Amino acid sequence: MAALLEIDNLLIDARTDDGTMVPIVKGVSFNLDRGEVVALIGESGSGKTTIALSALGYAKPGLEFSGGEVRFDGVDVLTMASEERRELRGQRVAYLAQSAAASFNPALTIGEQVTESAILQGRMDRDTAYQRAEILYRALELPDPDRLGRRYPHQVSGGQLQRLMAAMALCGKPDLLVLDEPTTALDVTTQIEVLRAFKSVIRQEGAAALYVTHDLAVVAQIADRIVVLYGGEVQEYGSASDVINRPNHDYTRRLMSAVRPPPEAGQYAETTGEHRREVPALEVRNLTAGYGTGNARTAVKVLRDVNISVERGHSVGVIGESGCGKSTLARVISGLLPAQEGEVRLHGDTLHPDLKRRDRSDLQKIQFVFQMADTALNPRHRIDNLLGRPFEFYLGLTRSQKPEKIAELLKMVELPPDFAGRYPEELSGGQKQRINLARALAASPEILLCDEVISALDSIVGANIIELLKRLRKRTGVSFVFISHDLSTVASFADDIVVLYAGRVVEQGSTNKVLAPPYHPYTRLLISSVPELRIGWLEETMETSEAKAGIDRVVEITEVGCPFFNRCPLAIPGTCDKHVPPIREITDDHKIECHRSDEEFRHWASA
Amino acid sequence: MSELSNSSTDGNRTAPTGSSDIDHANPVAGAGSSAFEELPDAPPRRKIRFSIAGKIAMGVVAFWALMVVFGPTIAPYHEADFLDEALFIVPGSDDPYPQTDFQPPSGVAYLGTDYLGRDTLSRILYGARTTIGISLISTFLAYLVGVTLGIMAAIGGVVLDSILSRVNDAILSMPTIMLGLVVISAIGSTIPILIMLTGLIYASSVFRIARAFGLDIMVSDFVEAARVRGEGIWWIIGREILPNMIMPMATDFGLRFVYVILFISGLSFLGLGVQPPQSDWGSMVRENLSGLPYGAIAPLVPALAIATLTIAINMIVDDVSAHSGGKLAARMI
Repeated sequence: MAALLEIDNLLIDARTDDGTMVPIVKGVSFNLDRGEVVALIGESGSGKTTIALSALGYAKPGLEFSGGEVRFDGVDVLTMASEERRELRGQRVAYLAQSAAASFNPALTIGEQVTESAILQGRMDRDTAYQRAEILYRALELPDPDRLGRRYPHQVSGGQLQRLMAAMALCGKPDLLVLDEPTTALDVTTQIEVLRAFKSVIRQEGAAALYVTHDLAVVAQIADRIVVLYGGEVQEYGSASDVINRPNHDYTRRLMSAVRPPPEAGQYAETTGEHRREVPALEVRNLTAGYGTGNARTAVKVLRDVNISVERGHSVGVIGESGCGKSTLARVISGLLPAQEGEVRLHGDTLHPDLKRRDRSDLQKIQFVFQMADTALNPRHRIDNLLGRPFEFYLGLTRSQKPEKIAELLKMVELPPDFAGRYPEELSGGQKQRINLARALAASPEILLCDEVISALDSIVGANIIELLKRLRKRTGVSFVFISHDLSTVASFADDIVVLYAGRVVEQGSTNKVLAPPYHPYTRLLISSVPELRIGWLEETMETSEAKAGIDRVVEITEVGCPFFNRCPLAIPGTCDKHVPPIREITDDHKIECHRSDEEFRHWASA
Repeated sequence: MSELSNSSTDGNRTAPTGSSDIDHANPVAGAGSSAFEELPDAPPRRKIRFSIAGKIAMGVVAFWALMVVFGPTIAPYHEADFLDEALFIVPGSDDPYPQTDFQPPSGVAYLGTDYLGRDTLSRILYGARTTIGISLISTFLAYLVGVTLGIMAAIGGVVLDSILSRVNDAILSMPTIMLGLVVISAIGSTIPILIMLTGLIYASSVFRIARAFGLDIMVSDFVEAARVRGEGIWWIIGREILPNMIMPMATDFGLRFVYVILFISGLSFLGLGVQPPQSDWGSMVRENLSGLPYGAIAPLVPALAIATLTIAINMIVDDVSAHSGGKLAARMI
């Protein structure tokens, strides 16, 4: 039997600004059998999405098919009449885009949207479609499947919406599902819930799937075969176990080395406890902050009662899922968002909550590195102007002194000195992030607030930035507050870790202590949710108690009690949801905020 | 961070210590480590590309710009000159025409004469300076007022923003030409009054755009970065906000200029704009309307002048707007 999808020497060209055509997909061939999942993996710009879309006979504007064949069930999709192709799309091949939130219409009910294409194309009538949708809701393990169809998109969580996208795509019983980075924008705990649902529904429905992603660890969980792409060419193609366990090509090995090892204790220990007697470089005390105008009562509280201290020369990783308040913490420390209560201390001196009232020397000592270098660098300024300003502003350097300093700075972030004459749009993403870092370093700061500095970058580029940060730290002795949603990144960089959940610090301490038992239940959930580059990991993880209790629950910001109550496997009803948990000092550099005692944690960890 | 000053020796990109981010993973056989350097490469700097229509339009605008400067110098007659009857001789005889008004184009008056027997070409050339000059100064005035207030509203807080925006809404809600008519009939029509009036009326639409851009840019990360650095408000306005407003606002400037030309011409057409004997394209259309039944081209020539200039500016604006991804056009409405 012929394969369901055969891509044969596919060539796709892109039209450049001056009208010439440049090849971006250069002779890619692979097959996809029925009931099989093939993953396309590569960095941005490798052509993976372009190839996936060719299965629908679609090329994005500016792209042209210039050769090869894409045979779906034996018929070439590229030369099909547009009417036939219309039949193909949506009925036999369904596409699932990255962002579910952007794909749902907020004004229509979920049921209408899930069944829409199946009904429109006349594959089934309304009642059958709704029944089919309900079956899919159950298969995807969505809550309340009987009534889910009558709800609106804003009434379900992001992970549920992502699974509903799969229901939408599968409703018309397609033969092939094209999934484009379906879990990239999700938090780790949400990601595994979605992955598991996708995997089981694909098995149940017997559908074939083309899975596009840049994340090798995700691929290991879901794919039968893997196509590794680089620069529009296939680097390696084989079964998942071969590619992951015995990679042949150098690029695959490079990709694998950029996958950070799962967070474990003892990965990173540069500093010892000897600094601890000094006054901390930065201290946050009883901090409560939030947004909204008016008095503190009416405003939305994003952070509640946060206490953190950063020792001189240490780096503190702040970890949590989206919405937990980690960026807000950085904004409060920098003074962009004045705190409602509590104080920020620099070397023991209280800083004014509002940055407008802080001294220039205090401002100089705390520098902020923004997440998106694309938007944090003014596109109208040249690099030398961007880097020169802090020198002039804080250190009073004159025009003639600046070029030398700028050249030193560029060397420090490992960029050639002639970049000084460029504009930000002439740099790649990783280079921009280096400039972004350099600008913060120009001020000779004592504290660097790094807000998700590598989350917008490809894995290899991001790994390089982390290496650079480590070297910079050694050379300059700057203290870091390193904010990330990625526990592996934090584990490889930070001396201390602060785990935030719904605006509260649930656990903090030195990296080795936080990443080893006893854990706060949330920390344990976070650690176990980080995908490992190992086939079969997903199934094992889903069997653990913390996953059963904590996956697929909505984060609730509560005014009383422990916010993690509804997801916690150790929750004590009547206590955890009524009273604020006490802070337990396990050791002098490890604190857990929980009603459960140290012994109970240990007992649970060994269970 | 005193190491910064002596980092030049060990921070070199090609030094073995400093560049492990590329080399340490593995040296790729054959291709060398550069093959897998950070992707994608730097995109080339974008340049505005003009379409054929855009290039022709630039020619037209350049032509009118020259006419503003040299028009009165090269005009065959003064704008207020009545042509002598003796100039118009009936071909094949010595008899002059009975009248000099609405004469067809001839060697004496290349574009014919108007309702009083004045040379249309000369009046167009003189009128170019009046019409374009007044419009340009008015538009600049509108920008000065509009951008200043717009940025004030964008950064000045809720109260100031509300006051300025509501006053602006009130002005915008009045039809411009009616507002112009009322003010001019109350205080009379001189060129300075005309400029002030037009400038202030159009400042209201500039205000809206400037405020919208200002608000947009104020919340961008690079402004936040400047604020967190401790920069003052003037530095943020001058170095962060204005440079990012210039391109989009320049496109708007072209469109706004066109509206102002049409407005001034409209006022002149109603007899409230530029006063005779000074020529102005709008009033020239009105004066010569009575010639239309006789097939005179006198009312058509100034109308054509207005059309060529405004359409040409629009063409250029289209190209500039397309360069920025067409987003501008949507935001300007």
